[in-house]
Amino acid sequence: MKITDAQVEYVAQLARLELSPEEKARLRDQLNSILEYMEKLNELNTDEVEPTSHVLPITNVMKEDRVEPSLSREASLANAPNHEDGHIRVPKIIE
Amino acid sequence: MAHVDLSKKSASELRRAIQARELRAVEVAEAALQCIAERNGQLNAFISVCRQPALEAAAAVDAKVARGEELGILEGVPVAVKDNICTAGHPTTCASRILANFVPPYDSTVVRRLRQAGMVIVGKTNMDEFAMGSSSETSYFGAVHNPWALERITGGSSGGSAAAVAAGCVPLALGSDTGGSIRQPAGMCGVVGLKPTYGRVSRFGLVAFASSLDQIGPLGHHVEDVAALLQIISGHDPHDSTAADLPVEDYTRNLGRGVERLRLGVPKEYFIEGMDADIRAATEAVIQFYVEQGCRRVELSLPHTDYAIAAYYIVASSEASSNLARYDGVRYGYRTQGAGDLYSLYARTRAEGFGSEVKRRIMLGTFALSSGYYDAYYRKAQKVRTLIRQDFERAFAQVDAIICPVSPIPAFPIGEKFDDPLQMYLCDVFTLPASMGGVPGMSIPVGRTRHGLPIGVQLLAPHFKERTLLDLAAFYQRHFPEAFDLVK
Amino acid sequence: MELETVIGLEVHAQLLTRSKIFCTCTTEFGRAPNESACPICLGMPGVLPVLNRTVVEFAMKLGLAVHATVARSCRFARKNYFYPDLPKGYQISQFEQPLCVGGHIDIQPNGGSKRIGLTRIHMEEDAGKLIHGENLGDPNSSYVDLNRAGIPLVEIVSEPDLSSPEEARAYLLKLKSLLQYLEVCDGNMEEGSLRCDANISLRPKGATALGTKTEIKNMNSFRNVQRALEYEIERQRAILSGGGTIHQETRLWDATQGVTLPMRSKEHAHDYRYFPEPDLVPLVVDEAWIVAVRATIPELPDEKRQRFERDYGLPAYDAEVLTTSRPLADYFETAARRYPKPKVVSNWVMGELLGALNRSGKEIGACPIAPENLAELLQLIDAGTISGKIAKTVFEEMFETSASPRAIVAEKGLTQISDSSAVERVVDEVIAANPEQLMQYRAGRTKLLGFFVGQVMKATHGKANPQLVNDLLREKLR
Repeated sequence: MKITDAQVEYVAQLARLELSPEEKARLRDQLNSILEYMEKLNELNTDEVEPTSHVLPITNVMKEDRVEPSLSREASLANAPNHEDGHIRVPKIIE
Repeated sequence: MAHVDLSKKSASELRRAIQARELRAVEVAEAALQCIAERNGQLNAFISVCRQPALEAAAAVDAKVARGEELGILEGVPVAVKDNICTAGHPTTCASRILANFVPPYDSTVVRRLRQAGMVIVGKTNMDEFAMGSSSETSYFGAVHNPWALERITGGSSGGSAAAVAAGCVPLALGSDTGGSIRQPAGMCGVVGLKPTYGRVSRFGLVAFASSLDQIGPLGHHVEDVAALLQIISGHDPHDSTAADLPVEDYTRNLGRGVERLRLGVPKEYFIEGMDADIRAATEAVIQFYVEQGCRRVELSLPHTDYAIAAYYIVASSEASSNLARYDGVRYGYRTQGAGDLYSLYARTRAEGFGSEVKRRIMLGTFALSSGYYDAYYRKAQKVRTLIRQDFERAFAQVDAIICPVSPIPAFPIGEKFDDPLQMYLCDVFTLPASMGGVPGMSIPVGRTRHGLPIGVQLLAPHFKERTLLDLAAFYQRHFPEAFDLVK
Repeated sequence: MELETVIGLEVHAQLLTRSKIFCTCTTEFGRAPNESACPICLGMPGVLPVLNRTVVEFAMKLGLAVHATVARSCRFARKNYFYPDLPKGYQISQFEQPLCVGGHIDIQPNGGSKRIGLTRIHMEEDAGKLIHGENLGDPNSSYVDLNRAGIPLVEIVSEPDLSSPEEARAYLLKLKSLLQYLEVCDGNMEEGSLRCDANISLRPKGATALGTKTEIKNMNSFRNVQRALEYEIERQRAILSGGGTIHQETRLWDATQGVTLPMRSKEHAHDYRYFPEPDLVPLVVDEAWIVAVRATIPELPDEKRQRFERDYGLPAYDAEVLTTSRPLADYFETAARRYPKPKVVSNWVMGELLGALNRSGKEIGACPIAPENLAELLQLIDAGTISGKIAKTVFEEMFETSASPRAIVAEKGLTQISDSSAVERVVDEVIAANPEQLMQYRAGRTKLLGFFVGQVMKATHGKANPQLVNDLLREKLR
């Protein structure tokens, strides 16, 4: 398949990446050559194959319901680019 | 103060000398810091140096010696840590603009273990941005230079850690390996690098690239030191659900014995058209050496090797696209100036904060997971992953270890493949399959090309058989110590 | 053309665990902003989630209670979208393999009974809270508080089996009562521990295919759910009757204006890119675990209601009211054990007690009158120690002070006077003091009996046995 400009646009929007027209064109071409290479996976019949999402057969890892101290608010917000009165501040959100 | 040449001493020798009061830990730390100060301008191997905390940690070790206490196996030994592994109170940047000013409020599990073991963290090493790359060129802080040939790459993504060891500034370093990021730079820089079994070492505090593949591991000058560092960082961690709750083997005792009876698999898919002739010859010579020592050579096939690149880049990029969604300029890290609405805050922060390779992988991964393409790409790749995993299961039913090249080519000039992502991805052809199968892999230096560039050979073993890799490697180092010599 | 309504509800319930779903931060409500957060729930680089076992057990408990099938194997998935209240840029939820599938909840709308099917129940993490600038400083900003991020939720998705706002409300109330019975969620819609989104569409009566639906959000009380659905039905009906078509969209309920409005944000390109969460391992549920969790399930409202009707002989209405909450049912049963006239207890609980609680804004759990004391009060009436009228005074005092009725009666000297010679003396005095009224009574104005009773009660401060007073007056006035 070939990725169109509209798809590059859509994916960039989903990924929240602002791209210049040049970047878009370059990414379209690069993604197309990468995806063309990926086509080789279709040589393999995988109808009867289960997907692997974990390589080790580990199951049921859980913690007990126990409270431990949280970070201090100062530490939690120390890296925040913009905060005020203990809240993180972002541009106004319209629902 | 006596000048300590760290390139001449193994970590275990340093520890012994500190214990015997022949050297002070502070002197050793100073030597490492001095080396970094002298060499980093050329190498760009370190993003930051932890001078004060390093000297304090070293002083604590000296105090312990003064009290007559017994030191741990690597206590007082300087170590470098890749800058995608969180260090409380010290910047952890992932070599990205988006985290350039990020200071974690917590220690990763491995760093906590290093500190508990009394190791002295001297600095954070440079890398490909978010560990995405095979050359350590995509760092926001600039490319890492190979100590063997300064105009060449170190390999990646743990290029800074490999260069720091190769330059003799630290005997040991931590790297991370998602698709070859420890083994490949170790090979290109002529040092030892080990990617443990997925789940052997806790990932808690390792900034995620591809969660189902990422694994922290040691790089070093000497196999026995790498074994000791693996001993320290391995084991169950209640903070990582994917870390195996299995006892940790003794990696250091009687290292390098019992190698003579091992069955070594040689997969035909790893000797391909277009690979470097010197690398091919060196690999064959290493196999020949083990056979002469009594190992059995078993020809085998890992038939899905050729599909690993495609499957890997889909799986890893998909996971990355999700793992990197948190860099949005809200809670930490870089934030664009003057965005008037939420969408532009996100889109501009991320456009300005990420480099081109990271953006490319986010785009690829987002596409592969998006509505209508999930089955054709992500799910398909996960199925192919099953086939690759089964290749190894079948192989390891017949052999104890696999031996093969690390990389089809030696370190190439900086900039050569920078604009051709696919060519770059193809360099990972020999390291990706083991990552996809979660099996442990190790790179050891075995010689140099006619141009004097290091050549690495890769050893692979079944899940949790790191000990087999270490035995084979230690055996080799005992017979060919000169192959492990650092750059003069 | 006659249209019928089709409603399906998606309910999010906060689970009453002590710690969050993937970290050890407290779930305690009302802490200062961003005080209950750690690297994990803040989504800092490098952190990993570890699942809280109690979350799984609470979700299983609910699943078993609604007759769902608990999956033998399930897993978590990432739901990817950007929003400032979502620290990681994805929500850890369940997608392809939820914990519970199927099941049902029976509702009793208008005295009938209807079975509402459930599609699934899954576990997920809550997002943080966004505060709009107007309420906190700069009107051009929004503010983020991540205390709520990582609080465990279950999402309960119903089949589109509800056919009116009343049924939707009944379903929600039933679900709330179940969650409270199971002690897995406090069920408070106003505080957001129970949240409800609705999918609603209309279709020609009798049709099988579903019409185009809208999704309604932001209904934060039981009453608002009903109002919003009523509004939306009329809105869709008007469009369809006018030959128009419904636009599939998400709409927000505006309680002030009483309307639903389309969302204005551009955030609705929904492509969540779900994939299995690589940081969490699969969950395998064996029979032994199910058995152990099932053993923690108490008697549920439906069974209890039937038992109340059967064993206590209560009318259906009483049984329904008394079993809406487990503490209320327990209260009734404790009182009824001490005072074995269930209907009398029921009358007092449903009348006096619920009335007083309602007036004072208290929950049954915080009721000042112990059920044992209520039973004692009723025994005092039966024993003739106090009159029914005095009992109401004593009840009020008990509600004020939590004291036992015996103590109040003794302290205030409220014991009923049943000694006929003592009452007779007062009756004689009252008659003697009111000759005029006596004459009128004897002339036929027998209604004046009430006046005499009142005078006697006044003179005895209400303590005279009313029956005795009546009998004596009738005799002496004649």
